[in-house]
Amino acid sequence: MKDLDRIQNPYRDDKVIDACSIFGMMDTSGKRFSGKDIIRAIANMHDRGNGLGGGFAVYGLYPDYADRYAFHIMYLTKKGQEEVESLLRKKFHLIHQEEIPTQPTPAITDPPAVWRYFLEINELKPEGKSDDDYVVEQVMNINTQLQDAFVFSSGKNMGAFKGVGYPEDIAEYFCLEQYEGYLWTAHGRFPTNSPGWWGGAHPFCILDWTVVHNGEISSYGINRRYLEQYGYHCTMQTDTEVVAYAVDLLIRKHNLPVEIAARVLAAPLWSDIERRPPAEQELLRTLRQVYGSLLLNGPFTVIIAHHGEMIGLTDRIRLRPLTVGTKGSMLYLSSEESAIRLVCPDLDDAWIPAGGEPIIGSLQAPIKVDVEEMVAHAH
Amino acid sequence: MATQVNEPKISIDASGLYYRELNERLKELANNGTRQVELHNVYGQRYIGTSLNAPLEIEIHGTPGNDLGAFMDGPRITVYGNAQDGCGNTMNDGEIIVHGHAGDIIGLSARGGRIFVRDSVGYRAGIHMKEYQEKKPTVVIGGTAQDFLGEYMAGGVLVLLGLNGGGEHRANFIGTGMHGGAVYLKGNVEKYQLGREVGMARPSEDDWQLIKKLVVEFAGHFKYNADEILKGEFIKLFPLYLRPYGRIYAP
Repeated sequence: MKDLDRIQNPYRDDKVIDACSIFGMMDTSGKRFSGKDIIRAIANMHDRGNGLGGGFAVYGLYPDYADRYAFHIMYLTKKGQEEVESLLRKKFHLIHQEEIPTQPTPAITDPPAVWRYFLEINELKPEGKSDDDYVVEQVMNINTQLQDAFVFSSGKNMGAFKGVGYPEDIAEYFCLEQYEGYLWTAHGRFPTNSPGWWGGAHPFCILDWTVVHNGEISSYGINRRYLEQYGYHCTMQTDTEVVAYAVDLLIRKHNLPVEIAARVLAAPLWSDIERRPPAEQELLRTLRQVYGSLLLNGPFTVIIAHHGEMIGLTDRIRLRPLTVGTKGSMLYLSSEESAIRLVCPDLDDAWIPAGGEPIIGSLQAPIKVDVEEMVAHAH
Repeated sequence: MATQVNEPKISIDASGLYYRELNERLKELANNGTRQVELHNVYGQRYIGTSLNAPLEIEIHGTPGNDLGAFMDGPRITVYGNAQDGCGNTMNDGEIIVHGHAGDIIGLSARGGRIFVRDSVGYRAGIHMKEYQEKKPTVVIGGTAQDFLGEYMAGGVLVLLGLNGGGEHRANFIGTGMHGGAVYLKGNVEKYQLGREVGMARPSEDDWQLIKKLVVEFAGHFKYNADEILKGEFIKLFPLYLRPYGRIYAP
């Protein structure tokens, strides 16, 4: 038997106290910066994970191909790659393709081949179908129908990098210090009840939506079945995947504002709704009735991102931590304040938001904060 | 054990120092005569001060990691910055003074010692604190607290002064499962904010003496005017039943 304990518990502690780590940083002025700081920040929370998953999402990543869908695909076999590439050539104009550059990293063992493709919609797209819907359909098709291949990133001018290892190892492997973006999120994984494999690392993505998560979505089964009715199929064997599809459905397809979508995912408790003004009660009841199957149950803190926006959200009774920091146009979200301070010691402000209240950083507006919800204020 | 006696006051640069090394170092210093340690560039090292039972004063500059002072038995920790989650976890004796705010579950399962936080604290402050005879953990919070304050509280004292929220406390589910100890709160809360096991009363004369003593101490740590703080109304929250589950588990 392999001595897993030697790897996961090198000090032979009675109890290994772990949790996932999440971190996000965004320059709301849109200025791009390298991955250097976020790699240091997530590495500072090394002990929260156990080396079975690490990953990053970067926005503003591919300015030279800003209008093309960028697919990141991992292949377990050469045959898988051949099948996918022949499909991509048929379904899209394939503008450019390359293996994602990596460097030898001792901690990264047995990686799959990871490639990227810049794609343009072609004439095969049925009339009346939006480009985004067409892309979602193709991603689902590859992930459910083709063997040994997983599309794990499919947005424009953004990309996810992930795999099995500590996040700082994944960053080294994919040379992430060399990339620039205006919004980065990161994750260090401590898998609770699903396998630690390359596709199961965070972030989870569809189009330009990405999600990193600390916690457990115990409503996964219900959420998954609901999303299947809309053509989303879960293939990554991990609960967090439903959050990416849920935000795509709620915000892109159903046009709900972020604040409303947050109240679907982290719906206020019924006892809380009863105390709200009548109009708000009606809205909140309606949301719970219409979208009851997208309520996320169980402990969670997530950082959701898409172009122009980074959103931090916790479950209603905040069973997982989230700390916010701001400095000028920078917004930081983190499992622990110390990771933020490491890369930005002189924050303008740092606070702990209330459970279920979204923290939203946007390119469109200054950092949005509901002042009433600002508890635990720093001076 | 080495007999060498260290300098009484020592400064440590904690940059890049792993928490295990840092806590080993503190233990050695405490055992060998050091009485004051200044830690600089602290970024998230966990369990600082854990299990120490010597009269050591630890000054922390930076952001200490989770479970600050866990199982601590005597030292005084002063944080110039914010504390993260689990501050004072199962502490037995000593003091933690935070010149900033603190995260979730502050003072969880504490069995003694005192914690003073200048600003506010996160969820589940004082969860399952307990007391026995003269051992009585005390947590004084300058601002307010988030939901589940005093959850499953079995003993000890929590004080909320409402200094940075105009006396408004927004926490819900206060004292859910509470079956011992007391919460003193400056300002007011609505009935719906309380767990069903919690009663509300005006503080008695004995309560007032305790509140005064703690407020004076709090004001001393953070340079506030104690008289100003004591001007407002306080309420006392207490458990309605001391053994709420007694009938379920021990008929």
